[in-house]
Amino acid sequence: MRKNYGERVFQAFLWLLVGFFSLLVLLPVWNIVVLSLNDANDAAKGGVTLWPRAFSLENYKVVFQYPQIFNSFWISISKTFLGVTTHVLFCSMVAYAMSKKHLMGRQWFIRLGIVTMFFGGGLIPSFLLMKSLGLLDNYLIYIIPAVFSFYDMIILMNFFREIPDSLEESAAIDGASTYYIFWRIILPLSMPVLATIALFNGVGQWNDYMTAKIYINNPDLHPVQMFLYKIIVQEEASKLNHAASVIVMPTTARSLQLATMVITTAPIVMVYPFLQKYFVKGMMVGSVKG
Amino acid sequence: MVPQRPFWERWKKQAALQSFVWPGILFILIFSYIPMYGIVIAFQDYTVVDQISNSKWVGLDKFAAFLNDQQFWRAVGNTIAISIGKLAIGFPAPIILALLLNELRARRFKKFTQTVSYLPHFLSWVILGGMLVSWLATDGILNQLLMALGVIQKPIAYLVKPDYYWAIAVLSEVWKEMGWGTILYLAAMSGIDPTLYEAAKVDGAKRLQQVWHITLPSIRGIIALMLVLAVGGLLGSNLDQALVLQRPLNLKKSEVIDSFVFKLGIQQGDFSYATAVGLFTSVIALGLILFTNFVTRKLNDRSIF
Repeated sequence: MRKNYGERVFQAFLWLLVGFFSLLVLLPVWNIVVLSLNDANDAAKGGVTLWPRAFSLENYKVVFQYPQIFNSFWISISKTFLGVTTHVLFCSMVAYAMSKKHLMGRQWFIRLGIVTMFFGGGLIPSFLLMKSLGLLDNYLIYIIPAVFSFYDMIILMNFFREIPDSLEESAAIDGASTYYIFWRIILPLSMPVLATIALFNGVGQWNDYMTAKIYINNPDLHPVQMFLYKIIVQEEASKLNHAASVIVMPTTARSLQLATMVITTAPIVMVYPFLQKYFVKGMMVGSVKG
Repeated sequence: MVPQRPFWERWKKQAALQSFVWPGILFILIFSYIPMYGIVIAFQDYTVVDQISNSKWVGLDKFAAFLNDQQFWRAVGNTIAISIGKLAIGFPAPIILALLLNELRARRFKKFTQTVSYLPHFLSWVILGGMLVSWLATDGILNQLLMALGVIQKPIAYLVKPDYYWAIAVLSEVWKEMGWGTILYLAAMSGIDPTLYEAAKVDGAKRLQQVWHITLPSIRGIIALMLVLAVGGLLGSNLDQALVLQRPLNLKKSEVIDSFVFKLGIQQGDFSYATAVGLFTSVIALGLILFTNFVTRKLNDRSIF
C-alpha cells in the first residue's frame, strides 16, 4: 500500500513538471494569437494576455488588403511546391543508381560527397558562384541550389537497398527498362521515405528567408518569410499601415506583424499534428545513417 | 571466378543507371567544389570587377588583417559565449525532459506533451524573432509577468539592452529545440530491455536509482554522440537567429562570426577579407569535429565516421 502511495506522489510530481513545460511552450504562442485578434490600440495599453479584451479582425483585414502579401504568399507556395518535387525526384534518381553495388564509380562519388558534409567553400565563394551563374535576383535560386542534398540521397539510398532485388529482376526479365523500374516499382514502394524527405524539405523551403536575404533584392521575388523579416526587423510595417488607412489608424505596426506571423505559421501548425509520425520517423532515419 | 568484362561493355550495360547518377555528381562538383576552389580569393585582393585568375596574390595579408581586427575578436567572443551557453543548457535540457516523459505513466498526457513540445521546432526563426519582439516588448507578456510578481518595478526593453542578448539567444534556442531534441533519447529509452527494470525492482531499487543505474547508462552511447556533434559546432553560430535578433543597439553582444562574415562580404563587398575569416573558422570547426570524434573513439570504441 505504502509503495503505491509513493508512486502516486511521484507521478503527480512528474505531471506537474511536464505540465509546466507544456504551458511554457503553449502560453507564449497563444499570447501571440490573442494579441493578433485584439484591437491594436487597445492592445498597446498592455494587459492583454490570455484572452482578447477587445476582439477585432481588423489586423487581418488590413494585412489582406496589402497587395505585396499575396505576391509573397504566391512565391512561397510555388517555390515550396516546385522545390520539394524537384528535390525528391532528383535525389531519388541519384539514390536509386547509388543503391546498386555494381555501379561504376560508386565509391568515388561517396567519397566526393562525404567531403562536402564536413567542409565547404563557405558563404562568400558560394555567393560569387551564384552570381556568375546568373542566379542573383532570379527565382531559380530557390530551386536549383536546393535540388540535391547528399544527406537526403544517403537516406534514400539506404531505403532503396532494402527493396528485394527479386522484384526488379522479374520486371527486367519481362523487358522493363531501368526508367520503367524506377518509376513504376521503386518509387511507389518508397512512399513512406519519400513523404518524410518531402516534409522536411517542404518545411525548410517554407521557413527559409536566408536565401532571399542573401541573393534576392527584388521585393517582388521575396517569399512571405522575407516579407515578414522586413516588417519585423526593418520596421516596414509602418509603411504597410500607411498604405492601408488614410484617416484613422485602427492598426499599429506591431499588430500587423502579429497578424502576418499567424497567417504565415498557420499552414504548418495545421498540417503538423497529422504528419507528426512522419517527422519523428524521419528524425530516426536520419540518425542511423551509414 | 568469372573474368571481368571490359570497361566499355560494363559501362554500356549500366548506361541508364549512369545517366541517373551523373546529374548528382555534376551538382556536387558545381555547387560544392567550385566554391571550395573559390576559397583562393582569401589569399588574393579580389574585387567585384576582377576574375579569380588575374587577381593580385597577397598571401596571408587578409589573415593578418583580421587577426588584428578588434571587431573580429568581438565576434569570436560572442560566438563562443553564446555557443557555450547553448551547450550548457541546451544539451542537458532534452535529456532531462526525455527522462521525465519516460517515467510518466499517463500515456495521453505524454503524447500531448510530445506533440506540443515538437511544435516550436517548426516555427521559422523569423516567426520566433517576431514573437520575441512581442514577448520582450516593454508592454509584452514577460514584463507584465515580472511586474505582477514584483521582480521588477519598471518595464525593461530587453532586445535593445546588450546585456540581455546572450541570455535571449541561448534561451530562445533552447525553447525552440528542447522538445525536438527528446526524440532520439526517447527512442533509445524505449529500446531498453524491460527485464532490467523488473530485476532492479526485485532487488529493491527505487525509481530514481533505476533511472541512474539503468536508463542513463543505457543511453550513454547516444549522449556521447550528441555531445561530439555539439562540441564540433562550437564556432558555428545560428545566422538565422542572429540576423533576426540583432539591433543596432545590441550589436556589441550580438555580432557573431557568421553575421560578421555576412556583413563584410555580402553587404560591404569585401570578398577576400570575409572569405579569409570564413576559411579560418571552418578549418577550426573541422579540427574540432575530428578531435572530438577521436576522443569518443578512444573512450567508447565507436565513432561517427
